[in-house]
Amino acid sequence: MDYFRLAALGLVTLLAAIAADRGHDLAYSVHAAIIMLVAGGLFLWQLRRTDEPATARAVPTGYMDGPIRAGVIATAFWGVVGFLVGVFIAFQLAFPALNFDWSEGYLNFGRLRPLHTSAVIFAFGGNALIATSFYVVQRTSAARLWGGNMSWFVFWGYQLFIVLAATGYLLGATQSKEYAEPEWYVDIWLTLVWLAYLAVFMGTIMTRKERHIYVANWFFLAFIVTVAMLHVVNNLSIPVSLLGSKSVQVFAGVQDAMTQWWYGHNAVGFFLTAGFLGMMYYFVPKQAGRPIYSYKLSIIHFWALIFLYIWAGPHHLHYTALPDWASTLGMVFSVILWMPSWGGMINGLMTLEGAWDKIRTDPIIRMFVASLAFYGMSTFEGPMMSIRAVNSLSHYTDWTIGHVHSGALGWNGLITFGCLYFLTPKLWQRERMYSVAAINWHFWLATIGIVLYAASMWVTGIMEGLMWREVDAQGFLVNSFADTVAAKFPMYIVRGLGGVLYLSGALIMVWNMWMTVRAAPARAETSTTVPAE
Amino acid sequence: MDTYSILREIADSWVLLAMTTFFLGCCFWAFRPGSRPVHDEAAALAVKDDTAPALTGCGANCAGCTCRAGEETLK
Repeated sequence: MDYFRLAALGLVTLLAAIAADRGHDLAYSVHAAIIMLVAGGLFLWQLRRTDEPATARAVPTGYMDGPIRAGVIATAFWGVVGFLVGVFIAFQLAFPALNFDWSEGYLNFGRLRPLHTSAVIFAFGGNALIATSFYVVQRTSAARLWGGNMSWFVFWGYQLFIVLAATGYLLGATQSKEYAEPEWYVDIWLTLVWLAYLAVFMGTIMTRKERHIYVANWFFLAFIVTVAMLHVVNNLSIPVSLLGSKSVQVFAGVQDAMTQWWYGHNAVGFFLTAGFLGMMYYFVPKQAGRPIYSYKLSIIHFWALIFLYIWAGPHHLHYTALPDWASTLGMVFSVILWMPSWGGMINGLMTLEGAWDKIRTDPIIRMFVASLAFYGMSTFEGPMMSIRAVNSLSHYTDWTIGHVHSGALGWNGLITFGCLYFLTPKLWQRERMYSVAAINWHFWLATIGIVLYAASMWVTGIMEGLMWREVDAQGFLVNSFADTVAAKFPMYIVRGLGGVLYLSGALIMVWNMWMTVRAAPARAETSTTVPAE
Repeated sequence: MDTYSILREIADSWVLLAMTTFFLGCCFWAFRPGSRPVHDEAAALAVKDDTAPALTGCGANCAGCTCRAGEETLK
């Protein structure tokens, strides 16, 4: 087996070296070089282990927390990277001079913007989802992660995907599909990693020692399965050459647009909602110390979300070549979606029934509660914006950006921070986080940052929309596009400041996590020989 | 009829009916009589003790065990 691995890794290194040399474009060559280095490094690592006497390794016991620890670190790291790029591009919009001449074509807004969205959604959010799903599925199934080291493959394979995607954007390899920018070979790699992820998760569920599959695992599973389906269908493309990054989409025209937003909206619905609801259904009850308010409601929440979300995509394509019936369908389902979303929010919030004082005393609970509040707010705002009449004002304006960020920073961000604060002491056997005051600081910085962000984007978005549609008595447009850009300037500054606050909160968190692992006293080992129930 | 119209017709009738029935069935199933203890049991999974169960080789009564649950470190 070792020799087979060596041969395979050597072959990959060689092929990648040839591809790097023969590549038709810079992005492809750089990617081939990255793959060559990774495969070469793995080859050397494998070589040093080959024919060594097998060391007596302890029988794997308990839960497999290594990939989760790595995932927690990766989540924090990519979070800071993503927020930093976000703050920078926010100021690029306010001060175009920040699109420096010397970095033109690499670090201008157009190249950095997909880097920001992918970094926060897939790198920060994705790592958080993988880490928490591995944590939750083990604890609620009373079983070790299935597949041995396959979970390590999932972790490192996913990091390779992120690096390839990020470098690709900067070097101009993109298929121009929002949230699905990576080119064909990166898509194929992600598919392999994702199937391994599905195998690990399903395998763990199937070897569980509990009778029930806890509802959080249902949400995680729906997220994994649906994302696999969305990813494959939306990335059906034919490479122009095996030695180049360019590919051509199989769908064209309005079909392609519809497929893209079917993907795009369900990336929100299943990646950023179903997956994070999986987190919510485990960590909120856990931190509150009481079971979920209504398990029945959680079942209905699950099925309603699954059945409704998948139809909501066409609301991104109002007033386009898409048939009216399709965009009406998308609008109607988006509005119905409001109900299960709020059902889920109420379910999470009411879990605190009888323990409301924890909002005052426990900053992690406060983060979860604020996160649920933002979930409720953005799932109210979203259906409203999907209504055609509202959409005619909001579409293409910054209102959309504000809506996305109240969901992403508020709901996804805060719940992830809460989970990181929960997991860090647990995974490194610490009593608690190093500084509770720092969690408080983080909470307020993040919350004020979001409020500044969302409020400024409401103002500038609605102003922009109104300016675009303003006509004089003769029916001529009153404002030129440049007029709206000039009018938005102050709000762009406020948005940038909101981003700075949010980023500094995240930096405080990283410091706090670092100090917890480094400095906080280790908890006495209590988990030695407790038998499973 | 062309493929689009056939698919459209099936989607508008039987598939819609099947999905709606399945969805309503799931909702009613959640409220079926006798489901409360089952749900209470499932809901308790999140808040129960989350220390690692002892597995093969490190049984609960193994005094001289060298391996301990939760010992695996970041490689």
